[in-house]
Amino acid sequence: MAKFSKKRGKSSPAISTASLPDIIFMLLFFFMMVTVLRDSDLKLQVNTPEATQLTKLDEKSLVNYIYVGRPTQQYQAVYGTSPRIQLGDKISGVDDIPLFLEQHKVKLPEAKRSRITSSLRVDGEVTMGIVQDVKTKLRKSNQLKINYSAGTRATELD
Amino acid sequence: MAKTKTRDRMNNEINAGSMADIAFLLLIFFLVTTTIAEDKGILVKLPPWSDEEPDITKLKERNVFSVLVNAQNQLLVRDEPARIGELRERAKEFIMNPANRPDLAEGPRNAIISLKNDRGTDYDTYLAVYNELKGAYDELWDELSQRRYGEPYSEEMPFAQRKAIRDDIPMVLSEAEPTNFGEEN
Repeated sequence: MAKFSKKRGKSSPAISTASLPDIIFMLLFFFMMVTVLRDSDLKLQVNTPEATQLTKLDEKSLVNYIYVGRPTQQYQAVYGTSPRIQLGDKISGVDDIPLFLEQHKVKLPEAKRSRITSSLRVDGEVTMGIVQDVKTKLRKSNQLKINYSAGTRATELD
Repeated sequence: MAKTKTRDRMNNEINAGSMADIAFLLLIFFLVTTTIAEDKGILVKLPPWSDEEPDITKLKERNVFSVLVNAQNQLLVRDEPARIGELRERAKEFIMNPANRPDLAEGPRNAIISLKNDRGTDYDTYLAVYNELKGAYDELWDELSQRRYGEPYSEEMPFAQRKAIRDDIPMVLSEAEPTNFGEEN
């Protein structure tokens, strides 16, 4: 009995907010680490298909991205509507790929260069012709590790 | 009098009350701009480029599982039309050949999957087919790994175990130069 009466007698102390900034800073640092400021804005419409046998690409700096798709509406006047390739932030042709790969490669230390992966972000509605040209060019430039970027599919195929 | 005043001021601490506000502001900025973009996909190793035509005539017909995809996204598996949905099971049966059928592969080490598409094939279809063929191998590796080591096949397994599995069921997926019948421009 004594216990209960004692508790009621005490006034509730205010919660100290002194550590609030620390908590917020912790969250801040977390988001600063994981954040990726978009480096290239897409001029193509790319909806990657879905698949099930996926591998995660972990080291971001070892990946270069090749986009293939039809130009978005605002660029259709300049680039037309047939599928195009985007390297970095500009629309390019197949012949620009070796230079693009080289530019990415020189930024990396020698030891890591064999682990460079090319991520192909290809729109699902594009036909294989242009994809094949890209693949052939990659093989000729000896960039053999590639990744067909895809989303996760949950449903079964028919 | 004046002196004591300044000394008092120096003893004052910086008010840290607004620190939280500043941190919040930054936090919200990064919250908005962040994209926890995880890049996933089907990892493929391309064969090195060579100018010579590969010679495939010496392969036995029973060891080759040919998959053709035409410009209308239709499949022809071992000279018969097929659906993408049944591809995985058929590939698995072909590779392992559990019933020792004379028309399927002699063994997983001899099995070769040959994929050929047209330049007019949709990328969607191509990737779905590739996904199924890769899935067949992934499942076979999983099954073998479960039987041998009691755990599913994964990148975390010791290298020797992974290599042993991949030596027993090597993934041989050869892609022929595509035909060009139905490319749109």
